[in-house]
Amino acid sequence: MPVTRGFGSGRRRGRPERLPPGQYDTGMDWPVLTAEAQPELDPEQWTMTVDGLVDRPQTWSWRELHALPGSTYFGDIHCVTTWSKLDTTFGGISIDTLLDLAGPRPEAAYAMAHSTTGYTTNLPFADISGGRAWLVWDYEGRPLAAEHGGPVRLLVPHLYFWKSAKWVTRLELMAADRPGFWEQNGYHDRGDPWLEQRYQGDP
Amino acid sequence: MSRAPAGPWTTGRLVELDRPSDRLVRLRFDVDNRVDHLPGQHYVLRLRAEDGYTAQRSYSIASEPADPLLELMVECLPGGEVSGFMHDVAEPGDVFELRGPIGGWFVWEGDVTAVCVGGGSGVVPLVSMLRHARRLGASDRLRVVAVARSLEELPYAHELLDAGAFVALTRENLGDRIAHPPYPEEVAPLAEEVERAYVCGSVGFASFATRLLGEVGVRSELIRVEQFGATG
Repeated sequence: MPVTRGFGSGRRRGRPERLPPGQYDTGMDWPVLTAEAQPELDPEQWTMTVDGLVDRPQTWSWRELHALPGSTYFGDIHCVTTWSKLDTTFGGISIDTLLDLAGPRPEAAYAMAHSTTGYTTNLPFADISGGRAWLVWDYEGRPLAAEHGGPVRLLVPHLYFWKSAKWVTRLELMAADRPGFWEQNGYHDRGDPWLEQRYQGDP
Repeated sequence: MSRAPAGPWTTGRLVELDRPSDRLVRLRFDVDNRVDHLPGQHYVLRLRAEDGYTAQRSYSIASEPADPLLELMVECLPGGEVSGFMHDVAEPGDVFELRGPIGGWFVWEGDVTAVCVGGGSGVVPLVSMLRHARRLGASDRLRVVAVARSLEELPYAHELLDAGAFVALTRENLGDRIAHPPYPEEVAPLAEEVERAYVCGSVGFASFATRLLGEVGVRSELIRVEQFGATG
């Protein structure tokens, strides 16, 4: 690919070794991207379900989830629109906690995250288990703001951030992969930022 | 809906460049092996330094599919690595890496009656839709509300006015209209019996516009939103 005449790398900000290819450090900003009107979600009405290929399909209320052991993520997040945000802190629970209670079947190889808005995103099972995914309601010690998916969102920080479904309400475990919302609209099925898996057809 | 077209990385030569205002730069590219887009889709523009460092950003397409060139209107943001370069350094004849079209949600193919509400540079994809509508003879199916602080800051201001868009300026008067965000009674007639609504603009604008559409009776499931932050 051609070098851009007159373009130098001098303006690069942040810590390059922590930025995946094609990303930049957004600093204090946290840009917001959603495809639908932002819902007003009442935590008392909201529930979280894990079903599909599990032995014990379950639904938890807001209070029931808060009674489970908490878990915190400290690290970076990466959006496909090319911003990365370093050193974020999210509080909630590990998805492993929910999976342990629901009992995934051996044939569960993929998951579909469903939001209250109808938004969906598909993920390999390996990416939501083994300490790599969270259900979060706190950001930097404060309740997660609605525009960032509050009161509760999925957090899968090692993948591009569209996988971290806002206003998540259900994880459906599946034997075969099927595309979610952005994945039907040209985005990658896995979305690893270090492999730059932005769009369908990327490696 | 059938799957929207998508194109791989390619290159494009910048053929035309002009600066309609201090903060806007209009770019027209001759794209190699171009895949025709749908109005509302976007492209990624990538800059590459000699040491391999790259910076890329997404920009909505302003041109209609039938245009032989690809047109982007880039708003120059403070410290914007890509927008600043395109505004200050790029010249016709330069070759850029481009990828697109991308996105299959915020698209209008002329098949449904829609109201579109764009704020500032959020009108760019709506311009592509308007141009496409005119070519299809389907202008009656697309009603556009364009909001900006001033006419100077509204991309394609005169084209929007000529196409019959309702323009609401918030910091200066326009004809008899006193500066103010659009009122529900101004938008209500445009939102009557629409099958879909499109909202494009900053985060704050998008939440204002979706609320406004709700007030005039547009159900939230009909609304498709394209938001951008101050991401350079």
